Order: sequence, then structure tokens, then C-alpha cells
Amino acid sequence: MTAGLKVVAAGPLSTIQDGGRHGYQRYGVSVAGAFDPLYLAAANALVGNPPGEGAVELTMTGDAYEVAADGLRLAVAGDFALTIDGEAAAPWRSHTLARGQVVRIGAARSGLRGYLAVAGGFALVPQLGSVATHLRNRLGGLDGGRLKAGDLLPLSLAQAPAGGDRVLDPGLLPRRGSALRVVLGPQDSHFGPDDIAAFLDGAWTIGRESDRMGCRLEGPVIGHAKGFNIISDGIPLGAVQVPGSGQPIILLPDRQTAGGYPKIACVIAPDVAALAQIGPGAVIRFTAIGADAALAAHRAFRQAIAGLPTLVRPAGAELDSERLLSLNLVDGMVDAINPPEDV
Amino acid sequence: MTFPLTLLPAGDAALVAELGDAIDPDLNDAVQALDAALAAAAPAGLVETVPTYRSLLVHYDPCLTDAETLGAQLRDLARGLDQAARAAGRRWFLPVCFGGDLGEDLGFVADRTGRTMNEVAALHCAADYRVYMLGFSPGFAYLGGLPAELHLPRRENPRLSTPAGSIMQGGAQAAVSPMVMPSGWHLLGQTPVRTFDLRRDRPFLLAPGDRLRFQAIDRDRFAALSALAEAGALMPESEAL
Repeated sequence: MTAGLKVVAAGPLSTIQDGGRHGYQRYGVSVAGAFDPLYLAAANALVGNPPGEGAVELTMTGDAYEVAADGLRLAVAGDFALTIDGEAAAPWRSHTLARGQVVRIGAARSGLRGYLAVAGGFALVPQLGSVATHLRNRLGGLDGGRLKAGDLLPLSLAQAPAGGDRVLDPGLLPRRGSALRVVLGPQDSHFGPDDIAAFLDGAWTIGRESDRMGCRLEGPVIGHAKGFNIISDGIPLGAVQVPGSGQPIILLPDRQTAGGYPKIACVIAPDVAALAQIGPGAVIRFTAIGADAALAAHRAFRQAIAGLPTLVRPAGAELDSERLLSLNLVDGMVDAINPPEDV
Repeated sequence: MTFPLTLLPAGDAALVAELGDAIDPDLNDAVQALDAALAAAAPAGLVETVPTYRSLLVHYDPCLTDAETLGAQLRDLARGLDQAARAAGRRWFLPVCFGGDLGEDLGFVADRTGRTMNEVAALHCAADYRVYMLGFSPGFAYLGGLPAELHLPRRENPRLSTPAGSIMQGGAQAAVSPMVMPSGWHLLGQTPVRTFDLRRDRPFLLAPGDRLRFQAIDRDRFAALSALAEAGALMPESEAL
């Protein structure tokens, strides 16, 4: 019998995502992959997986699962309400479960997207080198679709690996600002100075029709100095295209590979990841940065992802202050990561 | 004719190498040549490229290179480039069953261009199409070379769903569509050939820079070839360019 994780009830938009389907954009294949690679990597770090291993991307509300294997270790990254057999359980922590146990992932208490990772990963057959789901292209996951009740997600490991559970303090993750950092271009020359100022000064509301392809923004109308059609060219992650309506669209992991609207700027990858946690109705702003700052920010983001395993600690041995006090070790200690204001 | 290289920023992990701003076979050849040269040079940190009508989007890993380094490498390559050099592409011969329920707009295109349906099909079969780029959906091929007498605006009401294998035209372009998708283009017929099939070692039949010719087949032949395609045993004829 295949070891699996059975979907008992599915959330509104739960899909298998990994680090993305790279190398096929020249054939028209969207990259897809986790909207928030930092949280994906965090979930994977909690169960000892590589950062880009395939996991379930949860959107707003999670799913209910039953363990259909001799054992299993799983973890949720993201601020989601969680129960195991009806008992409240913590996200940002791995849990080792036995056959028949039921995990229910409720609503996001803050943020919008989370990731459910299992130790060893899901035993899914990659398509074009990736298990990332792209709904429109019917690629990835179990059958190219979102998770539905009755699905059995096959597991690579028949039982939980040796070793104990682990925790990760989300307060240690890189802080995310409210303004999304952009690099102007490639078609900023299609816009006048007033249009670029309107884009950078504007307060933008995230529209309801936003999805994993594009984040639709509502705000001041941006004009085009040279018309709103260009001859199709490639679309990078985070590209902000401005169609004829003058209302920008930020293009996301499921974006088309090429398109014919001018792109005023591109949101840098760390801030596209941050956008994954911001829902419709919220207001965002942009701030322009130069190439050097973008490079530094990208590298810092990737270093943060690579460093996640070093932030993971054994569960039950958290360095909580009460325990330190009881051990009489606290004197003179300073929290190096979050130093108190008066140090 | 040479096409000057312009480098444009495209965020923190990509840059655009632009060679022009037109739909033009020579310009597209130059893009293919630059793409081939970049693939051969394989600079550190290169992730993938997206060749289009007139530009190359170069995705890179910012932990292994940066836009300045890669931009200098692209400039060097462009300087030494024979822009007329054609990549080692192929000319494919795709069987197509025109009209009827497989090409619902063939009659409309014939009416609007003042020709018979057979004449429209014959014009499509006489054209030597160029695959300018792939995009929109996996394997969707944008074809240049639609005879001028067939140019027509797109449909006023796009269809929410068009069949896989559709041969279609819109404006000055034609296309082969590998999968069910929405489209406002005119449907002329269908090919039984699967231009995108994950069961093949080479899932994508067509590559940017390839050429394409349609060959008219009847409904019986279409049915027979469709059965072969279903079994994964239909590979169309092709020749080296």
C-alpha cells in the first residue's frame, strides 16, 4: 500500500508548489512555483528537506488531512490555525504523526499563504523537471489541478524519519517592509516623468481579481507616452505591466512567458515573495532602487533562505526565558538578533 | 543589415537584450543568432533565455553573476556575431484538415477575403511559415508569413475555448495551438500532430526559428492520424534548414 497523506477536505486554493519549472519559458511554459519561496523553504527546513522541495501552498484557509502511512512528520510555515485530532497545534513547528491522525489547517490569522511540507517530500512525478502546479496549463501536482477531497498525496518516506520535532521562530525571519522595491524598466521610457511619478507616489489597492498570475492594482491612472502596445517580449517575475486601462498588474509566478504591454518596472524577487502574504483590499506602495541595491537585496534574501536550517531548533528545548532562569544562565545575556532598545 | 544591441534592466534576476522593435524575419534571425551564441558561451549564472520577435529576455542567478557582468558578455557576443547565421532549426510539415467542425471560421475568412474555402486552405499550404516565438501557453507557436491577402482583424467575440491542435490566424499572424485555450483568432482547421506531448523525449515539436508548412488532408486521414497521435506514434516529416 502506498504511503500517503489523504486530503479529507480541501481549502479554496491549495496546490503543490516547489522552486518552479525553470528552463522551458522559451517554449511558452510558465515558471509557476511557490509564491513565497521564503515560507516554502521554512516549512521544508522544519522537516529537514531541501529549500525548494515540493509542498502544499495554502491560500487563506488550509485543508484537512488524514495520515495514510505508518508515520509521518509534517510542518506548516505561515500563521495558520492548526489542530491535530481536534487539539490545537502550533505552526512553525514539525509534528510527528501516526496512521489515522487527522490534521486540520484552518484560516490564516495573519498573512495569506502558508506551506505544508512533509519530511522526505511528496512522491510526485515531475513534469518538465518540476512538480509545481500551473492550473491553466494543467501541469504539476497530482493532475495539474488544485487539491480536492479524496486526493491521496503519495509520500516518499513510508514512515517518519528518526529524530525529534523542530521549531522555527518566525520572528527570526527577515522583516518585510510595506513598500515593494522596484527597478525601473525595461519599458520605463514608454512613460513620461509624470506617469512614473504617479506610479511611485501612488497608494495602490490590491484588486479582488488578483491571482497567482497577476496582482491587479487600483489607484491613479497611469498614462502612456508611447501607447500601450509593444511587440511582445519576455516577462520577468515581478514585472509591472501597464495595460490600456492605466491600472498596473504585477506579474507573478504563474505569469505568461511573454506579453505585449509595456512594463514600467519590476518588483524584486524578495518583495514578490512578501506580496504573497498581502491580500486583496490591502494598500501597497512602490519604491525605486538601483541595480546595486537590487543585487544586494536579492543576495541577502537568498542567504536568508540558505540559512534557515541554522534557525531551526529542537522542539521542547526552546531557549525560553523561564527555562533559562531556572538554569540560572540568564545573567548578562543579550539577544543578539533582537537586542533590547536600551542596549 | 545589423541590429544594434540595447540592454534594458528587468528586475533583480533578468535583463533584456533588445535588437529592435519590429516583426521582421531578419531581426528575428539576429535574435536567434544571439540566443545560440549565448547558449554556446554558457556564461556563469545563466539560467534560461526567452527569445521573442525582437529581443532576448535573459534570466540569471544573481548569486552567481550580475547584470553588469552578463551585459558585458552579451555586448562581446553581439560584436562578434554573424546576425544572418541561422540556428540549426528544422522545417516541419504538418498535416491539417481544413474547415468543417475542425475549422469553424474557414468560411468566414473565405467570405471576408473574397475567396473560396479551398483557395484559403491552398494559400495557407503555400506559405512557408516562420516560428517567430513560442509563448502564451506551452508550445503555442506564433507564425509569421501569413499571405497578405488573408490578413483580417481578430474576432469581435473571442471564444472561451478553442480545440487543441487548432490552426488559427489573427491579424498578420498565424498560429498552431497545442492545447485547449481561449482565443479571438479565426479557426481554420486542425492538425492531428501534437506539438506539445509530455510523453516524448522532446515534448515541444517546434522551436523558435523553425519553419512550418501545412499539408491539407481529408477527414478520414485526420481520423487515422489522430489515432496514431493518441498512441504517441505520430511524428511529422521534417527537414534540416
